[in-house]
Amino acid sequence: MKFMKLFRRLKGIGWGVHPADHKRPAADAPVRAMPVSARLYLPLQQHLGGPARPVVLVGQKVRKGELLAEAQGAVSAPVHAPTSGVVVAVTEVAAPHPSGLTLPAIILEADGLDEWTELRGCDAPFALSAAEIGRRVAAAGVVGLGGAAFPSAVKLVGAARARVAALVINGGECEPYLSCDDRLMRDSAPAIVDGIRLMLRATGAGRALVGIEDNKPEAIAAMRAAVAGIGAVRIHAVPARYPMGSEKQLIQVLTGIEVPADGRPADIGVIVHNVGTALAVRAAVREGKPLISRLLTVNGRCANRPGNIEVRIGTLAEEVIAFAGGLKGDGLGLARRVIGGPMMGVQIPHWRVPVVKGTSGILALDATEVDGIAGRETAPCIRCGSCVKACPMGLLPLEMSARIRNGAFAEAIPFGLKDCIACGCCAYVCPSHIPLVQYFAHAKGELAGQERDRLRAEATKKMARQRQERVEREAREKAEAAARRKAGRAAAAGKQGEPACFNPRPD
Amino acid sequence: MIAAILSLTLLGAVLGAVLGVANKFLHVESSALAGELIEMMPGSNCGQCGFPGCSGAAAAIADGTASPACCPAGGKTLAAQLAAKLGVAVDLSGLSGEGPKIATVAEELCIGCCRCGKVCPTDAILGAARQIHDVLREACTGCASCVEKCPTGALVMRPVPVTLQHWVMPKPLAA
Amino acid sequence: MSEFILLLLSTALVNNVVLIKFLGLCPVMGVSKSIDSALGMGMATTFVITLAAGASWMLDNWLLAPLGLGYLRILTFILVIAAVVQFTEMFVKKASPGLYGSLGIYLPLITTNCAVLGVALINVEQKFSLFKSLLYGFGSALGFAVVLLIFAGLRERVALARVPAAFAGAPVAFIAISLLALSFMGFSGLNV
Repeated sequence: MKFMKLFRRLKGIGWGVHPADHKRPAADAPVRAMPVSARLYLPLQQHLGGPARPVVLVGQKVRKGELLAEAQGAVSAPVHAPTSGVVVAVTEVAAPHPSGLTLPAIILEADGLDEWTELRGCDAPFALSAAEIGRRVAAAGVVGLGGAAFPSAVKLVGAARARVAALVINGGECEPYLSCDDRLMRDSAPAIVDGIRLMLRATGAGRALVGIEDNKPEAIAAMRAAVAGIGAVRIHAVPARYPMGSEKQLIQVLTGIEVPADGRPADIGVIVHNVGTALAVRAAVREGKPLISRLLTVNGRCANRPGNIEVRIGTLAEEVIAFAGGLKGDGLGLARRVIGGPMMGVQIPHWRVPVVKGTSGILALDATEVDGIAGRETAPCIRCGSCVKACPMGLLPLEMSARIRNGAFAEAIPFGLKDCIACGCCAYVCPSHIPLVQYFAHAKGELAGQERDRLRAEATKKMARQRQERVEREAREKAEAAARRKAGRAAAAGKQGEPACFNPRPD
Repeated sequence: MIAAILSLTLLGAVLGAVLGVANKFLHVESSALAGELIEMMPGSNCGQCGFPGCSGAAAAIADGTASPACCPAGGKTLAAQLAAKLGVAVDLSGLSGEGPKIATVAEELCIGCCRCGKVCPTDAILGAARQIHDVLREACTGCASCVEKCPTGALVMRPVPVTLQHWVMPKPLAA
Repeated sequence: MSEFILLLLSTALVNNVVLIKFLGLCPVMGVSKSIDSALGMGMATTFVITLAAGASWMLDNWLLAPLGLGYLRILTFILVIAAVVQFTEMFVKKASPGLYGSLGIYLPLITTNCAVLGVALINVEQKFSLFKSLLYGFGSALGFAVVLLIFAGLRERVALARVPAAFAGAPVAFIAISLLALSFMGFSGLNV
């Protein structure tokens, strides 16, 4: 057993890819804070789960940090005002999504004062109960800032219930180009560690393992300095390999335990949070500040001045780019607009989309960069197996895509379609440049649609049955009422001897 | 000649008798299949398929006289499920032409006569007398029974709008 | 004993009923889209061929030959085969409705499967004993089922391949089965 472990360590990590990271010089430039824009566009669904429900009226004045929309349902997160101003509309705005479709959103016009609402902080947060920390995190609308935007409070409370043993903090930031987590760890390591300790308190976990890729030596040094003397939090340098920042991979590297295929990390007593989330949790609990701004990376060869920028949620990507220094040659060489990282981010059709809680980067890529990542001429599959070796989940991408191409989506499931994390390693290494991830996204969407149809059919059946019952019940009641009337009439006729005519509309 | 006729007749009689006995022992109730199909149908009895209710359609599909794709309310998914159950190939192209539709009320035309709500198989139409009616998007199966009943043409079938929740990444173009 | 084993091998592989004698090609092309239905078809056909081989031997030796009615051979054989197929169909419908559905029209079409009649007629021609006839029928049927299974596996793989549009479907299946036939020719080198 020991020998096998040693052997695995010597062999190194087989999965994943190692693209050129392009993180510097953006990572080394100091953070710039962007002033508040005139208008902020705040989608009601910036997280996984149910959309938030607006609690403000058009024309209402709000102050910075005030609740605009409340969480709705078990998995949801509220939305707060990123600045003080007036609600001008509750309408639809373009979503940061490849489809170019819209999302319901609140549009806020800033008044320029930027004054805070009353904040309910806490000077001694470690005296709070775990449930109270969870409530405060939920009220602040904190979601996972690594990109998936899962409501953090739901995860913390669930972890406390599942009695997880370890908290894994994701400082991997394996996506090329992005450096916002790196910057956070360099600049605010003590605050992050404070946030991690709050998370430990909220989940009841005994230890926290922070995984940071070894291509960020400054971040590792800063975090190591910040945890000096705190035994529960450990900093681990992990090999820089994409997708190290994916939760299942990071857990396996840090703890040696593999998350089962159809399970969640909590099943093996672990939960994963991002370093940025830890910082947001600290702000929410200590200062009572809701999540109204975030750090994001503006990068790509088309960007004039790549760097990390502190941006209010709801700012248009267009304005962020203009603040960052604009595009080279007025954007003539622009080949692709990406929100998020180049591997898993979404390609958007235009820059007029708002920054949301999960936006980790805005990339303006030129043709040479796009050629290096995707968008090349597709050739037939030569069954070389590169994708199988690269897949961090141990799936068979070539078999899945061949079936999906024929429209046999369900046949791809035995090869692991449901475990696919859409990291893009397979498409990255494919010598035939097959857009494998797009195939998988397509199949997942179609399968979800089929499942939706199935549920809908079941609901229809139930509704039809209920209607049938209602119709029968009404007929029965009518018949009974008629019988009663008849009996009453007969009784009346027998008593007074005159015809009953009080019911002009017998039906 | 006589021997040939006799032997063939005998052979036929013996084989026929054997098959007749076998049929007795191996008889299968064919209605069992129709029963399973009825379970799979939407059950709203909207009548769009041209059969009297879902059980009629299920019986016809089980007999093979109707196509598994005959149910508009069930759509592509149901057609595929029925075809898989029957082990037959089915042409889904007729269904994929346009997406599912649902009924919508044109407010300026609705007179609040309540006739539509009475025929809706899933109670998807709301509205009191002389009030503008509305259709519950989630409950409407797109059977269009109400459209014929509307005296003012206020009910129209419209394609279900694509939202972010329903959007599906397009299939890559084959090279 | 070794004689029987050799007979079985030679009928199943060397003189394969589908790929060497080219009998029963219709179900091989028709029911080879998936391994599951090919397995069902193979078993049903094995059952029919073995039974039909035995029944036709009895018919020929006990009825036709004593009465000198050799000219009625094809007619009576088809009658017997049809009855056996009817019986099989009833049995499959009862035992496995799913298989019944997936075999569809090809199940009653076993009646006109030339492999069945061919095996029965060859039996008579070779003047085998009853046991040898049964063995010959079973061996041929085994060869049929093996080819059907291998070919269904091939077609499942071919369905995933990128085939030029003009070759998609049946044409590429014919190419695949001809390559399979070429490879079965290798068995003719076996000295049995």
